[in-house]
Amino acid sequence: MNNISILTYIAGIPIFTALFLLIVPSNYRVIFRAVSVLAAFVSMILAVGMFCHFNQAQVDSEGFRFVQDVPWVNSLGISYHVGVDGINVGLILMGAIVAFAATLCSWEIKNREKEFYILLLLMSGGILGAFASLDLFFFYFLHELALVPTFIMIGVWGRGDRKNYATFQITLYLSIGALIALLGLIALYLQSGANTFDIPKLIDVIKANPLPVNVQNFIFPFLLFGFGILVSLWPFHSWAPLGYGVAPAPTAMLHSGVLKKFGLYGLIRLAVPLLPQAMHHWMMAIAWLAIGNILYNGWVAMRQRDLNLLIGNSSVAHMGFIFLGIASLNLIGLSGAVLIMVAHGFLAALSFALSGFIYQKTGTLEISELGGLCRKLPFVGTLLLMAAMAGCGLPGFANFVGEVTVFFGVWSVPALHFIVTLALWGGLIIGAVYMTRAIRNVLHGPLPTEFAQISGSTSLWRKIPYALLLASLLLFGCVPSLLTDKINPDAARLTASAQTRKAGPTLMAMSQAAPLKSPLGN
Amino acid sequence: MNSSSITLEIWVIALGMVLMLADFFVAPDRKRYLAYAGIVALTGLLLVSFSGDGVCSIFGVSFSGSFVEDPMALFFKRLFIGSAILVLFMAAEFSDRFASGLNEYYSLVVFALAGMLFAASANDFVMLFVSIELITITFYVLTSFQKNRLASLEAAVKYLILGALASAFMVFGIALIWGTSGELNFNSLAQVSGQFVNNKLFLAGSLFVLVGLGFKIAAFPFQVWAPDVYQGAPTPTTAFLAIGSKAAGFVLLLRVLFVAIPAVTHHWVHLLMALSAITILYGNLCAMPQRNLKRMLGYSSIAHAGYLLLGVAALNASGQAAVMYYLSGYLFTVTAAFFVIALVLRHVPDENISGLAGLNHRSPLLAATMTISMVSLAGIPPLAGFFGKFLLLKAIIEQGPAHHGYYLLAFIALLGVIISISYYFNVIRAIYWSRDPADLSPITVSGPAKFSIAICVAGIFWLGLFPESVLNFAMSAASAIK
Repeated sequence: MNNISILTYIAGIPIFTALFLLIVPSNYRVIFRAVSVLAAFVSMILAVGMFCHFNQAQVDSEGFRFVQDVPWVNSLGISYHVGVDGINVGLILMGAIVAFAATLCSWEIKNREKEFYILLLLMSGGILGAFASLDLFFFYFLHELALVPTFIMIGVWGRGDRKNYATFQITLYLSIGALIALLGLIALYLQSGANTFDIPKLIDVIKANPLPVNVQNFIFPFLLFGFGILVSLWPFHSWAPLGYGVAPAPTAMLHSGVLKKFGLYGLIRLAVPLLPQAMHHWMMAIAWLAIGNILYNGWVAMRQRDLNLLIGNSSVAHMGFIFLGIASLNLIGLSGAVLIMVAHGFLAALSFALSGFIYQKTGTLEISELGGLCRKLPFVGTLLLMAAMAGCGLPGFANFVGEVTVFFGVWSVPALHFIVTLALWGGLIIGAVYMTRAIRNVLHGPLPTEFAQISGSTSLWRKIPYALLLASLLLFGCVPSLLTDKINPDAARLTASAQTRKAGPTLMAMSQAAPLKSPLGN
Repeated sequence: MNSSSITLEIWVIALGMVLMLADFFVAPDRKRYLAYAGIVALTGLLLVSFSGDGVCSIFGVSFSGSFVEDPMALFFKRLFIGSAILVLFMAAEFSDRFASGLNEYYSLVVFALAGMLFAASANDFVMLFVSIELITITFYVLTSFQKNRLASLEAAVKYLILGALASAFMVFGIALIWGTSGELNFNSLAQVSGQFVNNKLFLAGSLFVLVGLGFKIAAFPFQVWAPDVYQGAPTPTTAFLAIGSKAAGFVLLLRVLFVAIPAVTHHWVHLLMALSAITILYGNLCAMPQRNLKRMLGYSSIAHAGYLLLGVAALNASGQAAVMYYLSGYLFTVTAAFFVIALVLRHVPDENISGLAGLNHRSPLLAATMTISMVSLAGIPPLAGFFGKFLLLKAIIEQGPAHHGYYLLAFIALLGVIISISYYFNVIRAIYWSRDPADLSPITVSGPAKFSIAICVAGIFWLGLFPESVLNFAMSAASAIK
């Protein structure tokens, strides 16, 4: 197709604005702030438009919409190929909204603003492009483009005395994760023998002649652990709470909300259709690691004294639910996983934005030093309360819908009953304990005297990002069909392809895969 | 036929002589402009090499088989001429730091280039040895060119002693190969090398040749000279050493391993893999604590030799193509970095990384250039270094199913990349975020310098974003030696 896809604009506008900002002198503060906000805004409006027109858009033979395919390196089979289906449409919408909110929240940055905005726009454009990309090479390439600014932002604009250690750790972990995933992707490309990096074509080729089970089982760990490190899969999570605790609020919002979903998206987009038997083989392992996320990090979150570390740990815990949904490998579980990915994106961004605001006002995030802030900061306090409630999975918020769907999906796999029970405990009891404790200590109780002077009166302008994120959470919480109607057909396609091939002629898979009843078959 | 196949080389040598003779006719204050004359002439030759029906497009063997013209030779010749052009730009900027003999410097660069051009076409061991000596002996002089700077002389002495040792090994190796097989020509050696796979003397000879070439590319364990020489040599020499000399080593390595003794090479998989792995780790680990920028780049060039050896160890055409692609990216990246060093650190005696402090205020152009080249060296998209490393890794993993050791090698390469991120980003941090830079006086960059920096930066982006054309050329070049 020759016409330029709307997706190219959604991802391209932030990137090209970042390049344009390079030539703006750094003392023109108003200009580059306005330009950055405008770019993020246009990108968000386009994403909303894309989301609304999703159903009317033309579908290509592989089930993707808004497709653009430009050959790039013919000899290697690399092409610039973008498109959306139900799996990534919600992620792109969420990413664009969070990117806009993060750009608005960047008013808290006071030094070297120009560089910060450039990096933030690069990060937003890169990750939106990675989600839209249907070519393995660009998929990786654009994610890496988004990842590197994160390290620089944490290293330069981070706060606290553990800044250098945190930067070191997050750079090391995420670089290793990304490179392990790269090994897996190259192996996948070479093993398929298709000489193409195009994901739909790869899926077609592998559908026709599936990879041998031992090859699948060899490649899968690279993807699982490579992507897993990027998503803070237990026990490779320790970079996440620390990194987010140190990062400036916009970076934490964008990374925990959007960038971190890349690994999960990669597993759903690549591992489920391309390595279905390995997926079955590893199902129990993924489920147990997910329980590690939910229970261990929930437990750790209960003991946190710093609000950001608490939010960071709870966000790591939430990743467990998504892994659990993917592990279920059925329609309901996968749809639920995608739902939580979108919901958690809004939630994590909202939480980090609010904690950033509180830090800005009080200069500390030690829970023991805070208290009674609801009186001084009614707007932010209320929002934090609602975010906490969304975090423990209260109905009405999008997270509830996702978590419930995941539990239903996982419950239909008999082998995972015990794990669901554990996860429910973790999700409902532990989550409620640490969230309510944090709320009580931060928002209620006596107000420390040193905070008597702070005022919560902020202009309407400043409130926009918080309101926008909360509204999105509520919208998808109350009308989840907006998302599920789009997700279901494509998730069904994915699981169907995984199921049919599980029943295929390969002997090893039958003996090793856990028994699994498809909800579709019932 | 015979003399026409070396037209390019003849013109380059003639240019070197003209530059040397021009010494008598050009006023001393105008001598630096001779560099521009050399640049114009070399650019003309580069364009000729691109012209469809030019001298370089007649492929074949001449001079009784000792000189070969094929796509790989052509690829490397263009690379060498490009690097010589950029080095001459740098030398013109650097000219005020040479006490005397500026003309000789220019003409020596051009003579070294002639050696590299012959190396690109070498097809027997005599040609190989002569071209290597032409390059190396020229570099002894180029290294010692700042005659009143002790470090420069020290570097030259070290390079001379170790270089002579490596040459001795190489001649001995060639003698052993000739003594056992009776062949010096690569093609005729290829016919018989299969019979000598178990001949210890022949293997020792091949190994000694490998030692000599390992010295040129600064691979472990022949890397000891690199940091000292990189640090001590005048910056344009260092840049030429980093790209030109290394690429010459690699073209000869590819020819010897894959044209002359392929049967032996396939027995040496483990050796090549180990060399590559150790070189990567050694270079990267030693680069980490360095404070001197040129020394750090010296260690980093060892690490890059290790990455390039990955493509050699892969023993397949995609690995060889990846080596060539990587070298062309490395040309622009390293030249850009040394250009900034030549312009910024010229007045700082110890050339420390901390001397870059506040560079973004002093010259945003140079700060951006240095950042881009460091990011590209670290192998981060969307720059040339990323695509090169991607190709190398792909070549390695391609061989994985045949030999699982390649997966381990790929892991070690990744480990090296991760280590390297730390020291490359240290440089960027020094530029943008160091506290209280001592000197904030603006640095003026002359027009030609700006022009050549722009070429480097454009090359880094071009190879990172639009790899198609160069990659196709590299692939056809790699298929030529099969």
